[in-house]
Amino acid sequence: MRDTVMDIRAESAVAAQPLLEARGVGFSAGGQPLIHGIDLGIEPGRRTLVMGANGSGKSLLLRLLHGLLTPSSGQVLWRGHAPDRGARRAQAMVFQRPVMLRRSVLANLNFALKVHGMAGRARAARVQEALDMARLSDLASHPARVLSGGEQQRLAVARALMCEPDLLFLDEPTSSLDPASTQMIEDLVNAAHARGVTIVMVTHDLGQARRMGDEVIFLHAGRVAERGPLHQVLGAPRSEAARAWTQGRLYTGTPH
Amino acid sequence: MFSFGDIMAEALGLILTWDRDLSEIVLLSLRVTLTAVAISCLIGLPLGAVVGAFRFRGRGTVTVLLNALMGLPPVVVGLFVYLMLSNAGPLGILGLLYTPTAMIIAQTILVTPIVAALTKQVVEDLHGEYAEQFASFGLTARARVAALLWDARYSLLTVALAGFGRAVAEVGAVLIVGGNINHVTRVMTTTIALETSKGNLELALALGVLLLGLAVIVNAAVMALRASAVRAAYA
Ligand SMILES: Nc1ncnc2c1ncn2[C@@H]1O[C@H](COP(=O)(O)OP(=O)(O)OP(=O)(O)O)[C@@H](O)[C@H]1O
Ligand SMILES: [Mg+2]
Repeated sequence: MRDTVMDIRAESAVAAQPLLEARGVGFSAGGQPLIHGIDLGIEPGRRTLVMGANGSGKSLLLRLLHGLLTPSSGQVLWRGHAPDRGARRAQAMVFQRPVMLRRSVLANLNFALKVHGMAGRARAARVQEALDMARLSDLASHPARVLSGGEQQRLAVARALMCEPDLLFLDEPTSSLDPASTQMIEDLVNAAHARGVTIVMVTHDLGQARRMGDEVIFLHAGRVAERGPLHQVLGAPRSEAARAWTQGRLYTGTPH
Repeated sequence: MFSFGDIMAEALGLILTWDRDLSEIVLLSLRVTLTAVAISCLIGLPLGAVVGAFRFRGRGTVTVLLNALMGLPPVVVGLFVYLMLSNAGPLGILGLLYTPTAMIIAQTILVTPIVAALTKQVVEDLHGEYAEQFASFGLTARARVAALLWDARYSLLTVALAGFGRAVAEVGAVLIVGGNINHVTRVMTTTIALETSKGNLELALALGVLLLGLAVIVNAAVMALRASAVRAAYA
């Protein structure tokens, strides 16, 4: 049953234009190549997981796709065009280390809506919704920077989602969360996905991957080692890098 | 011979009687310095924030320039403003020489680079932390500067204080362009210089004590504000 749904999706995805596309994207810093010629398309409505060992380039890839870094070679396309400010606003990102303004929880949420151009009146209701969603209502007037790491991550997810992005990037959003908070974030993200938000998420958690992923992009040393449906990449990996990872081995070889 | 104790006693007496001359001098000092600091902040805060938050060509040069201007010798600024405002100077027609306005201009020139350079440092550090989130939000340049200035407000208070300290204690520039004219351009520092050289040590010391007291009060107020901001995790 589940597979059928996925197959239909996969077929329709072939025809659909990718929401976001990387064409030969490479990135170097300080003369050192870190990301090598990555080609990929993110289809609308899918949940794509970016996986791979520490330092394999997951965070860099997300930054390149979101437009925070300019590729040294190749290009990123948003709905088939070079991204503009509108593209940026149709995307949101939750960083591996949440960035909180030196303001209250409430003011942090309000700021995000304000820069999105939402009028003051509509903001108040939306902010309250987001507070409830992240179960942070009791902490609304607290400075955001005194929240615990997990609370900050919940706030970061709520802040990203309240702007109703078409595409949401999440870089290990539950890495410092307890099981209940992890569940809360997964529910938030899955609810957003059900509303049609496209998800691109980095995770190291195999269980979470199984709960949250449609598709996996597996990185090794700045290259895509393997890409495919979740059950295939994690269940029957074809690349040595992904196989080693699923077995908990350290893999240092070059892909292919 | 005079004894320090006697002079101190007389100086304190002067402060306690608080005559018209004394209050005139203190108020003019405050008016000139506060106006100069306000104008310096109006120019220096946005300027420093822009240099701190954006990469552009010539940014390095601007930074070096601001840092160099921070150490401008007051007498040189005084001389420069004097030349501008004297009858033969390009702005002589305004007739501003030996007025409080001339003193405000000189102090503004002294303080603006200090405010700008220190603001640049504060904003640059904060921006390092915020840059990616702001880019992700798709913030406009103007909104970015405004948000950085607002979030750095407690640190910037210290910046304004540094400017105030420099201006209120400065004597060389205001002496040259103000002329230390009784009832017109006499401020605390110029009066101290003049009265000391005349041997009128009571008045000089009284003003010295007031100047010190002012510095202590302003510093304490700013530190208290900052401490409360730190407690609230906003600094
Ligand atoms: N600005 C930079 N300059 C130089 N090297 C960098 C820079 N940014 C990242 N790197 C390097 O690129 C590699 C990939 O970094 P990235 O942060 O993408 O890893 P990651 O896959 O997200 O790892 P993790 O699972 O630990 O978060 C790392 O080796 C890192 O040291
Ligand atoms: Mg990472």
